Amino acid sequence: MQSINQTVPSFNKPLSTELSRQFAGKRLLRQEIQVESTVFTRLLAEQQFTATPSMVRQQWKLTCQRCGNQTPHLIGRMPCFRCQSTHAYCRKCIHMGRVSECEALYIWSGEIPGWTKHEDPCTWKGELTTQQQLAADRIVQAIDNQEKELLVYAVCGAGKTEMLFPGITAALQRGWRICIATPRADVVRELKPRLQTAYHDVSIEALYGGSPDRSGTAQLLLATTHQLLRFYRAFDVMIIDEIDAFPYHADASLPYATKHAITNQATTIYLTATPRPKDQSRLNRGKLPHVFVPVRYHGHPLPVPQLKLVWSLKKHIQHFTIPKELSDWLINRKQPNRQLLIFTPTIMLAERFYTPMAALLQNLGIIEHTEQLATVHAEDPNRTEKVQQFRNKKLLVLITTTILERGVTFPSVDVAILAAGHTVFDEAALVQIAGRAGRSGDDPTGEVIFFHDGKTDAMVQAIHSIKKMNHRAGLE
Amino acid sequence: MHCLWCHDSILVEVSWGNVFMPSRRSPLCSACTNKLQLLDGRRCVRCSRYSNQTVCGDCIWWKDIFQDEDPLAWNYSVYHYNDPMKEMISRWKYRGDYLLGEAFRWPFIDAFKQSFLKWDKAAILVPIPLSVVRHRERGFNQAEMLTAFLDRKSVALLQRKDGEKQSKKSRQDRIFAENPFRMKKTINKPVILVDDIYTTGATLRHAANVLKQQGCPKVCAFTLIRG
Repeated sequence: MQSINQTVPSFNKPLSTELSRQFAGKRLLRQEIQVESTVFTRLLAEQQFTATPSMVRQQWKLTCQRCGNQTPHLIGRMPCFRCQSTHAYCRKCIHMGRVSECEALYIWSGEIPGWTKHEDPCTWKGELTTQQQLAADRIVQAIDNQEKELLVYAVCGAGKTEMLFPGITAALQRGWRICIATPRADVVRELKPRLQTAYHDVSIEALYGGSPDRSGTAQLLLATTHQLLRFYRAFDVMIIDEIDAFPYHADASLPYATKHAITNQATTIYLTATPRPKDQSRLNRGKLPHVFVPVRYHGHPLPVPQLKLVWSLKKHIQHFTIPKELSDWLINRKQPNRQLLIFTPTIMLAERFYTPMAALLQNLGIIEHTEQLATVHAEDPNRTEKVQQFRNKKLLVLITTTILERGVTFPSVDVAILAAGHTVFDEAALVQIAGRAGRSGDDPTGEVIFFHDGKTDAMVQAIHSIKKMNHRAGLE
Repeated sequence: MHCLWCHDSILVEVSWGNVFMPSRRSPLCSACTNKLQLLDGRRCVRCSRYSNQTVCGDCIWWKDIFQDEDPLAWNYSVYHYNDPMKEMISRWKYRGDYLLGEAFRWPFIDAFKQSFLKWDKAAILVPIPLSVVRHRERGFNQAEMLTAFLDRKSVALLQRKDGEKQSKKSRQDRIFAENPFRMKKTINKPVILVDDIYTTGATLRHAANVLKQQGCPKVCAFTLIRG
């Protein structure tokens, strides 16, 4: 021991604390731990880091321990120069660095940093409505009693973020670590400034692919669910926003990641406006504790979508022409000064409809020049700027794919879906899209219209569930 | 079967071309195959770049630098370096998704047959090496993987000193940097250098220079991509 001490200086207290801040609650590859190899060897010897196998073989199945992937075609084999043998690696989570069989995943097992116990962290001075307060109280109760899970089933525009504040405050008062995870990077970006103003003196970080923050050492973390793959037994409170959103509900590695990112006594809170059938049935059987918020923060009912049959829709889509029904609706809108969101099922349609739509809108006098119309989709590099311009009313009409179906709020819009019968518009998507209208208290109504060439189950279900929520709120 | 790039399932089309050769079936789905652009049409005879001239401006510049003694006779490439290809290369090479290289196997073999089979039969393949540090980091050398696709004798003749990544350097830095290569042994046969990408041609010329100085009669290059 003496000799080691001479070659590598012993860690003094501040350095050790700094390391624990940096690595506590994480499960990392060696390449992600940026310390020199002498220091790292020592940390391992002192059992500050524990090596765990990165891929585990059970019977015939290999499982990536970071993302839980077992799918055979997503596990590759490679001849490795490092260990001079051929072994497996995970292709699923490779964008976060390669997990190979010959390398371990390292878990911090040293000192656990004490997080600050904030006495009065919340600097948000707004007030909650009665309905919001009820839900907020239930969330606080769940966190206080360390309940395992709680589903907050709140309609679009119920003010979910504000409802979380009392719960977050309670957790911060106990010195707990909190994560708010959501499947979409746009939502993380939008949440960060709101939370930073609400919790002025708390360290907050936003993690998403390409984010400026990357260390993941804050007490309150906002992250896309993908980023949780790097965390292990880290959070005492986990809040998952929009659990029904793509890709969380479709990708098994994301629930796996959230499950591993929380401590054993943690409380997980799910937020959704449109629970998937799996959660819905657990809810109905009373297996999933939940709280229901059927009314929007401004107290007005949700706009119920109108259905409009367009016989020749297929033809219009093939030739990229505007159906007469759509232009009729545009002319007869009750509030023509509202902005307009037009959803299309595919990127190709969104782009090809730009020119005919621009001509029509100019003819009708809805826009003055073509710069007030834009298309936006997931592969668009300028999508953030375009959404911002729409907010500033530089853009009046936006043709979009489903990327704007959730997480974005514009005060006063009308919403139309072209080809609402397409499979991308499932019930959840339709409810979310309808929920973009009437978000502000100043203009609580908005028109929602689905153009289709044959009703689908999704449309019927979506309208049914919107009506049901209005009914539960006593607004019908 | 699943597409190596987008992981969607592929319905394999069995045709007379591949019914007896299951291995020839493309591991990419047709949508992903179409995103990659094979180099065709008019190109520079010396470096494979799209060009209306027989020899492009780049190559004339190189010719001036070396005063007509360019160590690299010519380069032939298979793919154009478009955006989908950039993403694919980044996952294959930098993230280290070894298996993705399989997507290039048959186009690479076919291009080799087309352009090199009639060239000197005695020529030997030499993959451009990685430095030991980088090789350990990545776990595999993409140039060696490409070389292994081809049915021709290959020798790891070269060794590379550790240095900054080429992709992090500017054009000027690449061209006038110190030669990072060293020969392990000499050779008296013509050589085909194999690498994944020809960007400025500096790396390949450094390698060709070393080979030439040690008595190699002729050096040309076969690369997957013309950047």
